Amino acid sequence: MTEQFVAPAINYTGLLPLIIVLVGGLVGVLVEGFASRGARYAVQLPVAVATLVLAFVALVVLGPRSHGLTAADTIAIDGPALLLQGLLLLISLLALLVMAERLGGQQADTFTQAGASTPGSAEEAYAERHGASSTEVFPLSLLSVAGMMLFVSANDLLLLFIALEVLSLPLYILAGLARRRRLLSQEASLKYFLLGSFSSAFFLFGSVLIYGYAGSMRFGDIAAAVTANVGMDGLLIPGILLLAVGLLFKVGAVPFHAWTPDVYQGAPTPVTGFMAAATKIAAFGAMLRVFYVAVEGVRADWQPILAAVATLTMVVGAMLSIVQTDVKRILAYSSIAHAGFVLVGLIALDQAGISSTMFYLTAYAFMTIPAFAIVGLVRSSGTEASQIGQWAGLGKRAPWTAAAFTFLMLAFTGIPLTSGFTGKFAVFAAAISQGWAWLAVVGVLASAVTAYIYFKLVVLMWRGGDESGDTVVATPSMLTVFAIVAGVVVTLALGVLPSPMLDLAQSTAAFLR
Amino acid sequence: MNFPWLTTLLVLPLVGALVVALLPRASSAVRPVALGFSLASLAVGVGALTQFSAGSQEQFQLTEIYPWIPQFGVSYAVGVDGISLTMILLGLILVPVCILAAWEDVPADGRRQHTYFAMMLALLATMIGVFAAIDVFLFYVFFEAMLLPVYFLIAMFGGTRRGRAATTFLLYSLAGGLIMLVAVIGVYLAGPRGTDGFLLSNLEGLDLSVAAGRWLFLGFFIAFAIKAPMWPVHTWLPLAAEQARPATSVLLIGVLDKVGTYGMIRFCLTLFPEASQWATPVVLFLALVSMVAGALLAIGQNDMLRLIAYTSVSHFGFIVLGIFVFTTVGGAGATLYMINHGFTTAGLFLVAGMLIVRHGSRDIRDYGGWQRVTPVIAGVLLFSAMSGLALPGLNSFISEFMVVLGVFENYPWLGVVGAFGVVLSALYMLLMYQRIATGPRPVLAEVPDMTGREKLVVAPIIVAFLALGFFPKPVLDVLEPAVQQSLQQVGIQDSVPAVDTANAEGSGR
Repeated sequence: MTEQFVAPAINYTGLLPLIIVLVGGLVGVLVEGFASRGARYAVQLPVAVATLVLAFVALVVLGPRSHGLTAADTIAIDGPALLLQGLLLLISLLALLVMAERLGGQQADTFTQAGASTPGSAEEAYAERHGASSTEVFPLSLLSVAGMMLFVSANDLLLLFIALEVLSLPLYILAGLARRRRLLSQEASLKYFLLGSFSSAFFLFGSVLIYGYAGSMRFGDIAAAVTANVGMDGLLIPGILLLAVGLLFKVGAVPFHAWTPDVYQGAPTPVTGFMAAATKIAAFGAMLRVFYVAVEGVRADWQPILAAVATLTMVVGAMLSIVQTDVKRILAYSSIAHAGFVLVGLIALDQAGISSTMFYLTAYAFMTIPAFAIVGLVRSSGTEASQIGQWAGLGKRAPWTAAAFTFLMLAFTGIPLTSGFTGKFAVFAAAISQGWAWLAVVGVLASAVTAYIYFKLVVLMWRGGDESGDTVVATPSMLTVFAIVAGVVVTLALGVLPSPMLDLAQSTAAFLR
Repeated sequence: MNFPWLTTLLVLPLVGALVVALLPRASSAVRPVALGFSLASLAVGVGALTQFSAGSQEQFQLTEIYPWIPQFGVSYAVGVDGISLTMILLGLILVPVCILAAWEDVPADGRRQHTYFAMMLALLATMIGVFAAIDVFLFYVFFEAMLLPVYFLIAMFGGTRRGRAATTFLLYSLAGGLIMLVAVIGVYLAGPRGTDGFLLSNLEGLDLSVAAGRWLFLGFFIAFAIKAPMWPVHTWLPLAAEQARPATSVLLIGVLDKVGTYGMIRFCLTLFPEASQWATPVVLFLALVSMVAGALLAIGQNDMLRLIAYTSVSHFGFIVLGIFVFTTVGGAGATLYMINHGFTTAGLFLVAGMLIVRHGSRDIRDYGGWQRVTPVIAGVLLFSAMSGLALPGLNSFISEFMVVLGVFENYPWLGVVGAFGVVLSALYMLLMYQRIATGPRPVLAEVPDMTGREKLVVAPIIVAFLALGFFPKPVLDVLEPAVQQSLQQVGIQDSVPAVDTANAEGSGR
């Protein structure tokens, strides 16, 4: 016990964006406690928006100057971390704007007033009568965003685990807050929580095995141990695989995808958009770091397994998406297929692999948020009309919304001049250049399959004839309009002029160890 | 700096599409504006033609090259040689014709008419792009973008099963295109890479390993075979042609499907000469099967539009045959046939459209004796049918003759089968005409003969039949140097048998 405890040096300027978001979240919690019921929404929304904007500004200004490992090497502030954090902040901002949509009412429209109550119970009726508000989604989202930001820059398995929980717990709650179809939503929440906990346990078990192998949780030490070949190899590969289970669960890769459709369907639609876009960015960011920094030395052992997972993910996601009849489930399965495409880029294991993965994540996130925002607007007699049959003839009644959705579907398909195409091109090019051409072939065939369902939706919206439906597109406020327009513009820009973003992704594609 | 002819050609229809789409809801100007833009594009196209010199040493003329996505090695690069310029002109001539033909197809309620004609113009722009691109990536972008207007033209305007037809079309094309995407990436990685690594001129004569070359060749070839369409991946075409409006079908089969055969010449042959020769026996076999199967299916077909689609399968087999016999005369014949087939198909589809509008049925069995009811329509049908069976003096004859000649040069026995295909074409064309137009006068309500607008539609096509039939030399003069050049890139000095060259090259590796 001669060793003295030395407090680790912490680079607070580098961590400032993260701290801002955490503080913003905590302020939000205080607001919930002290502000009057009527004033909460008016306070929470500006607080949340200001927090994210401020954090983003701090990130852009301070980030590039504070490169380095900090907090006893448990946090890495490097190119990928900064880029992904910035992306997370922007995406969360859009997602929050969609969550704040009230469609002209006094309540955040998609969220229940009483999340904890049993559906149909007296408590619920009471809460509704008294105009209870569900503004807790703002601090919850901010806390989740903080977890995600930590997730992409964690350089230590234990911190990674903590970040995983910080980002997940608020999401479990958010998933259960849908205003309508309460039971479905609560079921989604519970399912997400249970399976998420399992995956966390796997993750933790994997971390322990790796700790047993390397004697440290730091990625740098693990990498050194892998190259030094310390023996105890029996622990390393199972450790990596268990760790991968936890991460693959978060991105919804097959065979750890089973929760995705149910949770996506049950959660409030704006939350689904947030989960689909932001969680994927965070989880892939962490995955990149684990695989590229910590265990790159034994890539020959895990690359084939990841390739198999990627193949399964693309094929299963594509195949199952085409038999769905619910728009949210279609988007859920398509998010599975997209996770597979990102995995293809990740497997390439070189700089192009990092940059293409990050580019794909950007592209996917910016098309997912508006897509779910639009799903949230399509309504039939007061509730969301998510059955695809209800979308028939929408193009006539709301041509602009239908046009935006059509464009997003083109991007999901990967038609040139949309970000979806550029992203696919980038990940497939990275994979092919590293000798994974067969994986790219599977990928393109899977894209062709998914095209069927995307275009089925499009044709349903535009073909004339069926006028019987009572489905309408609710008139959104400026918040949602901004989110949708921003997403569509970015999707177009990344397709037509992707050079600046590619430059950014390439110039930041280097991990610190 | 020279005038950017090709960019203007690309932008003008796009602007037109936008203008048409944004016209006020009840505007009556939709159709005239669309026609105006298509005619203006044609005028620019003729202007570009005047700037083109057939005997030039440069492979591509009117080129414009700017960096676009340097990280991927992508440039915005356009340019034309004889083949691509004539294909562009074919599109430029047919689009105004089709707009005029579709004049009364779509009722002006809501914005449907806006959409239809805007899509037509957008289609024209992507068509020009696909033939003018001299950057492989840019070609791919247009190749895929082209699907969208066609998809919407079929999916929103057409018969009762139009949704299914459009989806089938899209899935086939997209699957082929995406496989090509892998090959496109592969070509780039095998090439010099760098910021302009996708330029066609940087990718010709690549030193590929034999296996890599063959895989990449297959990636491109499958996409083009689906597009062309060749047996056995032709099955989307009859459905699409049956469900689409005749004007859509004219552009789809007359121009867009030519991208398949054009791509074979431009990319398969010039980028992968070794693999092209390796694949020749199989390709020739498939081409022959396409010819015969397409012809037989056409003979047994009662649906007018399907029949024409099957004749196209047969004719495309013929074109592929001409391309892959590797002789200048065969290649020039095939490229000339691409133009001729465009006009022939246009004639057939448009006349069929006129008949269907009058009688309300696509089934040939419902017709008979129409020569007496609508003599002018029947006359144009006969004229188009004669062009389809390659009557001397009409457009297809010369090209068909050249292809057969080219085939005989290298593969005499194949020439015999090819000639047999020509005979079959006479059979289905004459059968069709006989069943529709001859016989006793049918009992019909009063049916008007060809209207003034319809005469205006068919006039350019008939002029093309005759002009290309009697005086194809100017077109051949433009085509032949380009064909020769692409054959040189395959390593063939005219009629040296392809197989020998392949062996010599193979031993050198």
